[in-house]
Amino acid sequence: MSAISRDDVSHLAKLARIEIPETELDHYAAQLGAILDAVDQIASAPTDGVPAMSHPVPMTNVFRADVPAESLSAPEALSGAPAVEDDRFRVPRILDEE
Amino acid sequence: MSDLIRLTAADLAQKLAAKEVSAVEVTTAHLARIDQVDTAVHAFLHVDREGALASAKAIDERRVNGEVLPVLAGVPLGLKDIVATKGVPTTCGSKILEGWKPPYDATVTTKLREAGIIILGKTNMDEFAMGSSTEHSAYGTTHNPWDLSRIPGGSGGGSSACIAAFEAPLAIGTDTGGSIRQPAAVTGTVGVKPTYGGVSRYGIVALASSLDQVGPCGRNVLDTALLHSVIAGYDPMDSTSINSPVPDVVAAAKLGDIKGMTIGVVKEISGEGFQTGVKQRFEEAVALLESLGANVVEVSCPNFPYALAAYYLILPSECSSNLAKFDGMRFGLRAGDDGNHSVEQVMSLTRAAGFGAEVTRRIILGTYALSAGYYDAYYGQAQKVRTLIAQDFAKAFAQVDVLISPTAPTTAFKIGEKLDDPLAMYLNDVATIPLNLAGLPGMSLPIGLAPEDGLPVGLQIMAPAMADDRLYNVGAALERALLSQWGAPLLSNAPELAGA
Repeated sequence: MSAISRDDVSHLAKLARIEIPETELDHYAAQLGAILDAVDQIASAPTDGVPAMSHPVPMTNVFRADVPAESLSAPEALSGAPAVEDDRFRVPRILDEE
Repeated sequence: MSDLIRLTAADLAQKLAAKEVSAVEVTTAHLARIDQVDTAVHAFLHVDREGALASAKAIDERRVNGEVLPVLAGVPLGLKDIVATKGVPTTCGSKILEGWKPPYDATVTTKLREAGIIILGKTNMDEFAMGSSTEHSAYGTTHNPWDLSRIPGGSGGGSSACIAAFEAPLAIGTDTGGSIRQPAAVTGTVGVKPTYGGVSRYGIVALASSLDQVGPCGRNVLDTALLHSVIAGYDPMDSTSINSPVPDVVAAAKLGDIKGMTIGVVKEISGEGFQTGVKQRFEEAVALLESLGANVVEVSCPNFPYALAAYYLILPSECSSNLAKFDGMRFGLRAGDDGNHSVEQVMSLTRAAGFGAEVTRRIILGTYALSAGYYDAYYGQAQKVRTLIAQDFAKAFAQVDVLISPTAPTTAFKIGEKLDDPLAMYLNDVATIPLNLAGLPGMSLPIGLAPEDGLPVGLQIMAPAMADDRLYNVGAALERALLSQWGAPLLSNAPELAGA
């Protein structure tokens, strides 16, 4: 049983950076609880000694040759930005001004 | 209805090459069809009329100048709105990307352009490809051309609906848990999820990177193969791209010879709990395959019953990480940036304003499954189950050449029926998910209409990695036999939609 409370949803939403209104927390908690109950079945799978699989194709360290190649120009890279200043992405203040 | 829109891609290609018809005429006919029916079907989010006509004109000029062009040059296509198109809106069905125009083309887009294929526009989908019905699109639901009150499948419902409604002969989809195959099944069309790594994912907005695959949709097996051969192949821009030769899917689609082949029916996903008419058509198709000379056996994949649970832990985990990039800083929507909110608040407000309920649910679920204390029990355990599923397939393919099952447990359901019950929605993917977990190729093709509701039923063919050609060989054999029974393609039974 994976009961998930409205406080859990609120905490997870904070971690995931999604503002969820107070009025919707219970609804999400109920739906997520039902999904978790269903996926809990996975605990009974016979996985003793079975290795984890992260990816269908076993590959490691895929690098391209270290040679300069064409990339987006600054105006192209900034073309979809919500706010631009001095040829850069303008973002809200991160540090306090003190 | 103009005859041009009824033609297969292969027939159009032939007429174009013989200069019996121009690419501008073909494109104009399809744009007119979109004008005629897409208000009702809503397969397209964006129609690039000018771009399509300009490309068509360029193709015609090159052909008039005597240039020998690629096979599909001048044939139109609908492109799922998850594939980046330079200067053309790419929204993924989400408000968070409303109006965003990518500054570059996906590799698939580049390959389509190089092949001379005319991109008519971008097709509707569940937001960020999360869903089985297109009801989670922020821009309205696509309607199934067989019955406008029903879903066209999802997430790539727009791609399948546009070919079923004769708005385009071909389309591109993406398949993370069945988003090409299930829409194909419920719209009476063909869809293929290639081997993982078989088609470049560069420029495709990632949902779950270890599961996502781009693939072709068409009205028949040969058209689908022709498109498959255009988009497949190694791409250094995608680090998961497989650097080996593309299987000859076109030759396989022309062959259709299954004499002496061994075909396995997967016991765990072949009937229990499935709709009666789905089971009936599937059993008839099995008998037909036997009559064509195949040896059909039942195969057990004992760990498949865990696949859905594993998928709904792995997918939310990967998507919660992948979608972190939508934070309102570099592209797309930004909300609450009024000088009074911190950067974290702006991110939270932006994501709340930009993401719909299903995306929010899955991000929260993934955040939970990846959090300390739950990681081993959920994500870790799901990854081990993934190994078990891959082992089930490996054992099965030691005995058989291909595996089959019905593609989806039911025919197209009513719009709204499962919208507020996420679990019921997830069960649509029960037969399609195992392939994605193992990274293997699969096809859905139409095998008839369910007697109880007159709606299309799909059969799924599954093959080992990089044996995509087997899908087309078996698919072509079955399609040919069915066609000779029916006398006409299944889609000729769909409503006209004229004046819709």
